[in-house]
Amino acid sequence: MAGLGFACLLLALAVCAYGIGASLYGVRTGRVEFSESGRRSVYALAGLLTVATVVLEIAFLRNNFSFNTVADTSSRTTPANYRAAALWSSQEGSLLLWAWLLSLWSSLALFLTRKRMRDVAAYATAILLGFDGFFVSLMVFYANPFQTTNPAPAEGVGLDPLLRFPTMMIHPPILYSGYTLCTIPLAFGMGALLARRVDADWIKAIRRFAFAAWLFLGMGILLGARWSYSELGWGGYWGWDAVENASLMPWLTGTAFLHSLMIQEKRGMLKVWNVSLVLATGTLAIMGTFLVRSGVLNSIHAFGGQTLGVPFVVLIGTLIGGSIYLVVSRRDMLRSEHRLDSLLSRESIFLANNLVLVALCFVIFWGTYFPLISEALTGQEASVGSVWFDRYTVPLALILVLLSGIGPVIAWRRATLANARRNFLAPLLSALVVLVVLLAAGVTQKPLALVMFCCAGFVLGSVGQEFLRGARARRAMAGEAPPRAVLALVKRNRRRYGGYIVHLGIAVLFVGVAGSSSFQHAAELGLSPGQSTRVGAYTVRYVRPTATITPKYDEAHTGSTLALGAELDVTKGGPKGPHVTTLDPSEGFYASQEASQGSVGSLIGGQAVSHVAIDPGVTRDIWTAIEPNMEAPNLTRIVKAGNEKLPPDIALVGIGYLAREYLKHPPQAQFHFEVSPLVMWIWIGGMIVLGGALIAIWPAPSVVRSRVSARARVARGLSRA
Amino acid sequence: MNPSRKRTVRLIVALTAAVLLASALIYTSFSAASPALTPSQLAREAQPGHSYLVTGTVAAGSVHREGPVLNFAVEDRSGEGETKIPLQYTGTVPDPFHEGREVIVTVEKQGGRYIGERNSLITKCPSKYKTAPASENQNS
Repeated sequence: MAGLGFACLLLALAVCAYGIGASLYGVRTGRVEFSESGRRSVYALAGLLTVATVVLEIAFLRNNFSFNTVADTSSRTTPANYRAAALWSSQEGSLLLWAWLLSLWSSLALFLTRKRMRDVAAYATAILLGFDGFFVSLMVFYANPFQTTNPAPAEGVGLDPLLRFPTMMIHPPILYSGYTLCTIPLAFGMGALLARRVDADWIKAIRRFAFAAWLFLGMGILLGARWSYSELGWGGYWGWDAVENASLMPWLTGTAFLHSLMIQEKRGMLKVWNVSLVLATGTLAIMGTFLVRSGVLNSIHAFGGQTLGVPFVVLIGTLIGGSIYLVVSRRDMLRSEHRLDSLLSRESIFLANNLVLVALCFVIFWGTYFPLISEALTGQEASVGSVWFDRYTVPLALILVLLSGIGPVIAWRRATLANARRNFLAPLLSALVVLVVLLAAGVTQKPLALVMFCCAGFVLGSVGQEFLRGARARRAMAGEAPPRAVLALVKRNRRRYGGYIVHLGIAVLFVGVAGSSSFQHAAELGLSPGQSTRVGAYTVRYVRPTATITPKYDEAHTGSTLALGAELDVTKGGPKGPHVTTLDPSEGFYASQEASQGSVGSLIGGQAVSHVAIDPGVTRDIWTAIEPNMEAPNLTRIVKAGNEKLPPDIALVGIGYLAREYLKHPPQAQFHFEVSPLVMWIWIGGMIVLGGALIAIWPAPSVVRSRVSARARVARGLSRA
Repeated sequence: MNPSRKRTVRLIVALTAAVLLASALIYTSFSAASPALTPSQLAREAQPGHSYLVTGTVAAGSVHREGPVLNFAVEDRSGEGETKIPLQYTGTVPDPFHEGREVIVTVEKQGGRYIGERNSLITKCPSKYKTAPASENQNS
């Protein structure tokens, strides 16, 4: 089976080489059958990689430990759904996922454009096959997912417990879809430049792909943030870690592109911006995947010392060099059809939007790659911390939210005082109301958060105004009742109103970020049973210890041998105040494969995973994680005795004694405790963004299209009569 | 002012603003950054009152908690130096923290001791993207 998988990879490599040759030959000589053959080789590639992926997935599901990657990341005791997800938890498997998803999305893109833009599509085919060929070569030469060991080990290492969560199961496929989708506009953009066909066609063809890339990336990022908050023990959702930043950068330039292309569609301006943004997004996506797996930067995910760096650097260098050359050499074709009439105009606001997003991207880029930059310039590797990132990204984010409220309502070409008064009154009033309410409520200590809340109020006002006006117009025209009017409005203008909903979602999300970062109360507590302490407006009391033993082969569980925790009571005000919630955080201890830890020790000597307890709420989350003291003498004594006296097959008895001792004489435990206001607004905002984006991206029903064209035919007929 | 000259002025103003902001950014990044050192480098070069990023592995047998303070020692990842840097850390401890795990922590030298900056401890996500030729899996 492994042979079949590897054969598919080799064939895939051959297909890529052929497809590139055929497409380029076809487009250079004008011989369409070769370009067609090139297109079909993408479909063939997708087929081959699907087979390879299925082979590997079957190996995971069937516990075929002769496959090295299965033995390294899965085990018989890993639950079935996590075994399936383990495919993408390793370097080799994740490369296969990348290559497979890229081939699928490329096939879709080339299928949808099969009847138009033949030159552009042919170049795009070659470029996409080039990317896929790159990733397949990495697998064939550096990181083979189909490498086997004979004889096969009896049991695998098991999936890292930190990954045994639903959010982590789907985070990679969604994020990788985002990354791979970013390369499609890149390929078509480069194709358009190469074929010297930079009219509006290529943008129209890839607009939905750019949107899909943006959506998948955004959702992937949010899922990662959610995982970090609810599963990792530090209580934060964003750490400016290199890997987080790597996925955020293409998302930012992608956002700029999605907006900037509207200006090109309506007024033929910002053409250089659009090609540059598309090329930058694709390049940043490739750089993102390079960051995570090359080990070139120290972060949670990568730690230096891996061999994949050099091929990636070559690829990225080629991309950057090629992009700059193409844009500069084709700049005559990218001249604007119109000029900026006024700084107070929608075109200008969109330009400002581009600038702010690129500035944000630059800040994050600089901070992320700073260790490499400083080493190159000063010889000393140094890092900047979160404080530095926040200092520059926060003001830029504020401006961004404000722009998202101004953009939809400001006039095209030139805003006059009259139309400004008409369009901005409601949003400004909204912002003012928010300001007054918050000041009255005593929220004065955090000015930046206050500004963000007002900007969000502004956005709410502008979005609400647009919906109201649109619905009112429909009522006047078609006499529909208000709810139907709004629905019909959205259905007929999905892109526009879906976009407004996205803006609203982003504003809500940033309100959540501002609330949870500026007004958070966090504390490290050391508590023993019966003890209580005050944190902010709440009192936390350690009620009793908890211990759970899970038999080693319980498939339904995430598989930890022992979970030790505590029950905490949270009351408002003093200890006698109204009961708010009961939290039960615990720490799960997993088995390790190291016999040196002893029979009992190795049952709990592996990865430890925090089971965080959260009391979610619309106004605030109460969050806690526990770190039980496993070094306590009464516990280590039992482990030591068990190691000496118990053979491995009944070592679980020792765990039983350990749990009993923990319940009878629990040592003082460390708790990380947080009250984070408005954190839930981040996830709610994300859902609103998802809803709005789906509305915006949904193709208009063909009924509407045929009705429109029928009407056009009738009109033509009438005009001839 | 004719439109074309107005546009040139706008462009120059925008470019100047961008260059100034970028310079401010770049300048502060160098002064705000903490150098990343291995334990042996830290032992040689650390100055009191400055913060440094130490990257290394948690030394076996060195982990010991005293209430809110976690004591542990960091040694060179590659095993080149013999240096073990003992430090005292308060704040969140990531789940993967373990003896033998690779960590990054920000420390400051105070007197003869190294004090870890609060909440600055990061550990490596284990077994992520290892291309290792199954050297980790020593199942017998």
